[in-house]
Amino acid sequence: MSVEVRQVNKTFGSYKALQDVSLKVNSGELVALLGPSGSGKTTLLRMIAGMEVPDRSQNSEEGKILFFNQDVAKWSVSQRQVGFVFQHYALFKHMSVFENIAFGLRVRPRGQRPSNAQIHDRVKQLLQLIQLEGFGDRFPMQLSGGQRQRVALARALAIEPKVLLLDEPFGALDAKVRQKLREWLRRLHEQMHTTTILVTHDQEEALEVADRVVVMNQAKIEQIGTPEEVFHRPASEFVIDFLGSVNVFSGRSSETLKGESKVYVRPHELQISRNSIDHTSISGQVQKIHRAGASAKVFVQTDNDQKVRVDVPMNQLQSLELGIGQQVFITPMQAHVFSPDYTI
Amino acid sequence: MSSTEGFSHESRDPKWVQFLLIGLTLGFVFLLLILPLGVIFWEAFRKGIKTYALALSDRNAQSAIALTLLATAISVPVNMFFGLAAAWATTKYSFRGKSLLISIIDLPFAISPVIAGLMLILLYGIHGWFGSTLQSFGLQVIFAVPGVVLATMFVTVPFVARELIPVMQEQGSEQEWAAVSLGASGWQTFVKVTLPNIRWALLYGVLLCSARAMGEFGAVSVVSSNIRGLTNTLPLQIDALYNDYNAPAAFALSSILASLSILTLIAKSWLEARIDYRSKDKEELL
Amino acid sequence: MSVTGTMQARRLPGFGLTLGFTLFYVTLMIALPIAALLLKASAVSTTELIETLKSPRVQASLRLTFGASVLAALINTFFGFVAAWTLVRYRFIGRRMIDSLIDLPFAMPTAVSGIALMAIYAPTGLIGQHLIPWGIKTAISPLGVLIALVFIGFPFAVRTIQPAIEELDIEAEQASASLGASRLQTFTRVTLPSLLPAALTGFTLALARALGEYGSVIFIAGNLPMRTEIASLLIVSRLDENDVVGACAIAVVMLTATFGLLLGIQAIQWFIQRKTGRS
Repeated sequence: MSVEVRQVNKTFGSYKALQDVSLKVNSGELVALLGPSGSGKTTLLRMIAGMEVPDRSQNSEEGKILFFNQDVAKWSVSQRQVGFVFQHYALFKHMSVFENIAFGLRVRPRGQRPSNAQIHDRVKQLLQLIQLEGFGDRFPMQLSGGQRQRVALARALAIEPKVLLLDEPFGALDAKVRQKLREWLRRLHEQMHTTTILVTHDQEEALEVADRVVVMNQAKIEQIGTPEEVFHRPASEFVIDFLGSVNVFSGRSSETLKGESKVYVRPHELQISRNSIDHTSISGQVQKIHRAGASAKVFVQTDNDQKVRVDVPMNQLQSLELGIGQQVFITPMQAHVFSPDYTI
Repeated sequence: MSSTEGFSHESRDPKWVQFLLIGLTLGFVFLLLILPLGVIFWEAFRKGIKTYALALSDRNAQSAIALTLLATAISVPVNMFFGLAAAWATTKYSFRGKSLLISIIDLPFAISPVIAGLMLILLYGIHGWFGSTLQSFGLQVIFAVPGVVLATMFVTVPFVARELIPVMQEQGSEQEWAAVSLGASGWQTFVKVTLPNIRWALLYGVLLCSARAMGEFGAVSVVSSNIRGLTNTLPLQIDALYNDYNAPAAFALSSILASLSILTLIAKSWLEARIDYRSKDKEELL
Repeated sequence: MSVTGTMQARRLPGFGLTLGFTLFYVTLMIALPIAALLLKASAVSTTELIETLKSPRVQASLRLTFGASVLAALINTFFGFVAAWTLVRYRFIGRRMIDSLIDLPFAMPTAVSGIALMAIYAPTGLIGQHLIPWGIKTAISPLGVLIALVFIGFPFAVRTIQPAIEELDIEAEQASASLGASRLQTFTRVTLPSLLPAALTGFTLALARALGEYGSVIFIAGNLPMRTEIASLLIVSRLDENDVVGACAIAVVMLTATFGLLLGIQAIQWFIQRKTGRS
């Protein structure tokens, strides 16, 4: 089912949480809402779930949320049939894992409620899906963080939601578990193809899991695109800055600069050499080399006093025989220029 | 209180300081708390078990017990219901004037019971706002049983709400939202999700509310006509007996209430351990 | 208590029902009675009100009530601090029983406490009889009032200070010691200041409770006009004499004092929180 948000605004008192936000998520897509805290991404998610209401607007076409082209403004949370997974799981502590997952089925009105046997089968199936067979009798307190999160997901999936909404689902977990769950979530999505919206502040997570990424900042959408698009063709300074580390060249440091604009170059987009390559090459001195990691981080102080980070593959580092204090040239192979007037 | 707590708090104060402070505490507690408690039972049984039994089986004593139970049986459920509603309203929603509302709910704690009684007289007395209207319907409130019940209700209004509000505040609304998003109705959410999470705090509030309801004296004495066998609660009956120089009977009745308060204290520490345990679980979850 | 348009959030079910009932009940049970008292008092002319308050008997009772209450609250703050410290920091046999017992004045009906105290401190009582030869009259004297008020306020002091001691940062004390401070210096410069807000709250709560106390005092006080008659009792006597206006006048003074105290304590707490960034 597709989900559409049309020109939505939301203010809390004098605080603007969402400003003229529009978004369309296609049926079966996995979209990540990516942004720093306070960017409005969680508000947007809760609005889609029906836990917040958009500000009213004079224009009847504005401030709408549509599920499959149908206005859902009047629908309550339960009518929307969304599966919502909370950051801190929100598992029912007094219920077993089994009862947690069965909850959504058990609270259905008598006519629509599946029989006990059906509920049992469904929960068994879901436990298998989340790889927690045999954990049905445990209580949430007896599970690890990653296990709890999977139970929360199974609980949301039990009601066969039309849309799955995940609010920082892996935010409270440690890096290793997070990585595993991320891959698992992607595989799961490929099996089920439920329209999914995921909120995260972790750019790696968004780029790795999502079909499309929505980058948000200060209540607005900065860019919508595939992971490749937002990473390689960032639409704004904010996007390039937020998605990984970047060197900023400003002032007269480069000939490519015109007027007030700034040039952004990622550390791996810089070439380091002993000799000048072309007219864009900048000379400088090696200050520091961090060798821990897949590639070395070389910090260079340019002649006009700018600190630049260059990522150099290990084998290249060795062949260059770089040392502290060495005179080098750095050349951008790719650059992103942002100015008030134009963008490359 | 677990061993880990002991580890973090246990002090390395010099032995003589420890002895001094422990001695001071024990002395103060003994003199101030244990002695009065002991005296009640000592005085109650001093004239023999027969006098004790006689005092309890007295017709007026029996009716005082009945009235006390009646006032408690009305005010505790009503205030429990109120406490649940107030806690739900003030912790699940945000609206203007919320903190003012919470402060107002707490007011009966700050109002002297005697003044509470006075207020009820101003409202429901013969010359009060509603007194004559109620009188014309044949309902006498002040100096009658309804007044006693009302006074008991007034002084116990905040007990349940006050225990529930911080607990529900801390638990937040995520579990409720999860239940609603899974299709549960408001009532199902409350019964299946909220209630199990607050049951110990609720029980705690009800316990304190009951203890206060059974023991209220000042407010009740102002609105009661102090007619024995009719509008006397247990504490009022004790007062009356004591003023009649019938101390053994007064202490006999007191011993019932004192026993109840000891039970209250035991139940209270048992419940506190449970509430503590629950909140520790929560920390671990986060 | 309205909800503005922009603040509106989708709500969990039950808003109308629970808030409606809460407002109805609070209005009926709390707001209405207080309004009745305030209106009654405001309907009386100011001169009449002052006249009532100026009567020597009222003056004496207010002096006794406030004096004894402040003194009792001070005693309770001190012993409350000692007891809370002992219960949190030391391990000894019977600690948990003592901890539970602290709440006895809370749980015990005040009338029962009143006659128990009387039985102990009456001239023929358990302790009273030994004090008489020394010329100390405990019952039917201001001292008796004080004893009852200490009894009733004790748990308030302990229960406010105790959690603050539990939450004390032991590492701050250790840091202080590592910097060369003596035990006494650590206590007076590090520990005590961080417990001050709690001690202040404990003092105020004990004081507020003492100001309104009735049941546990009236037996031991003896209620001699001009000497051992507390304000609460004077309200009751005025009512017995059918002098509702007089009762209201005293009630308004007591109520104002109590609310003023509680508001004052909130203001002080707020100030300390703001200054130190503590919560």
